[in-house]
Amino acid sequence: MDLDRELEPAVLTVSEVTRYIKDLLESDLLLRDLWIRGEVSNFSRSTAGHIYFTLKDEEASIRCVLWRYVAEEQAHLPADGQAFILHGRVSVYEIQGAYQFYVDLVQPAGVGTLYLQFLALKDRLEREGLFATERKRPIPPFPRAIGVVTSPKAAAWRDILHILERRYPLVEVILAPALVQGPEAPRAIAEAIKALNRETDVDLIIVARGGGSLEELWAFNEELVARAIYDSRVPVISGVGHEIDFTIADFVADLRAPTPTAAAAAAVPDAQEYKATLQRERGRLAESIERQIAGEREDLRYAQKNLLRLSPRAVLERYRLRVDDLGRQALSQVEQRIALQRERIRSCTLQLATLNPKATLERGYSITRRIESGTVVKSVAQVAKGDRIGVQVTDGQFEGTVD
Amino acid sequence: MSEEKPSFEEAFQELEKTVQRLEEGDLTLQESMALFERGMELVRYCGQLLDEAEIRVKALLPSEHGYQLTDLPEE
Repeated sequence: MDLDRELEPAVLTVSEVTRYIKDLLESDLLLRDLWIRGEVSNFSRSTAGHIYFTLKDEEASIRCVLWRYVAEEQAHLPADGQAFILHGRVSVYEIQGAYQFYVDLVQPAGVGTLYLQFLALKDRLEREGLFATERKRPIPPFPRAIGVVTSPKAAAWRDILHILERRYPLVEVILAPALVQGPEAPRAIAEAIKALNRETDVDLIIVARGGGSLEELWAFNEELVARAIYDSRVPVISGVGHEIDFTIADFVADLRAPTPTAAAAAAVPDAQEYKATLQRERGRLAESIERQIAGEREDLRYAQKNLLRLSPRAVLERYRLRVDDLGRQALSQVEQRIALQRERIRSCTLQLATLNPKATLERGYSITRRIESGTVVKSVAQVAKGDRIGVQVTDGQFEGTVD
Repeated sequence: MSEEKPSFEEAFQELEKTVQRLEEGDLTLQESMALFERGMELVRYCGQLLDEAEIRVKALLPSEHGYQLTDLPEE
């Protein structure tokens, strides 16, 4: 809004001046991001769940707002009569024309300033996206080379090396020594991370330090270190302090391990597990090939059976059997027929014997035939005077002439 | 194994692929035997890598001309 534009005195609406004041407050660097210490009074919670209270000291007070979504994330909530240190921004509630403190972090009074710094930096970097889950890079499953940023004199380095050696001796380890404590430490740690990225082809960096007080671990809460981790080309595993310690470095790292030892363990696969896996793979290979060979053998047996059934030798064999059969049948038929004929001959012989005229001749009868025709004379009409006749008797024949 | 030695990771991944391919079946016996032999070779090779490896440790130290990689002196 340009108040100098008009020559005549500017007349503003209430809304306009309120908006102007609000813009003024919100553009102030201090009021945008500050901690306020004071005692809480007039605590109330709306039906929507927002919290309203007054923060005051001996001489002044300020209205405070804690939105429900912010309140839900707080470990501590304000309570009447108690001292708190609150983080937030100052702005204007236009309807009431009142400036208010919009709280985003609640800390009981009495925490140290280091901790407040920590919380403020954490809050800022988080909002900037340095901790974003989707930005975390996966840890390579089989790193060839690992950079380690720590103090070579500390137990942390020996622990890390020991674990890497035991779990995965295939790896190459490059130590980038750095002070991990004191005023020089943040720059040293950040430089070591950058140097590993620039000078080597490690696939992974471990940033580690053994346990210590908040002050001793402080280097890992510095923005310089956080940015070096964030800017690292390769994934970073942090292993700082003990399980309960969380540093800014832990939040930025691609993987947070609770201790240096755990960081080393998370960095490499376990060779012992892989040995077991290799045995399993060997078993699968053998099983697979045995199954196939058994299958092929079964197929072969089946094919062989088919082949034998269809081979010319088998066909010939069948024909031979058939011929044998037929031969046997034929033979038996011939034999039957011969037997039959033999039987018939015998009965004929018997019959012949009974019909033989010789027996009759022996009894005294004779047979008379005409000589010229050989016909048997059975009637007188068959002969005439002068015909030559032969008379057969049992022991021979004599001839005569009809008178 | 070929003249250029594959890394553990490469050999292990090839092994897993070989086993998978073999288990899928659908291969001639000759192809299967070749895969089987390759797989066994990879099992031996990977096992040997794990058994014989010795960790290598170096230090990246600042010097007058930038950083230098040096062997880490034994403590």
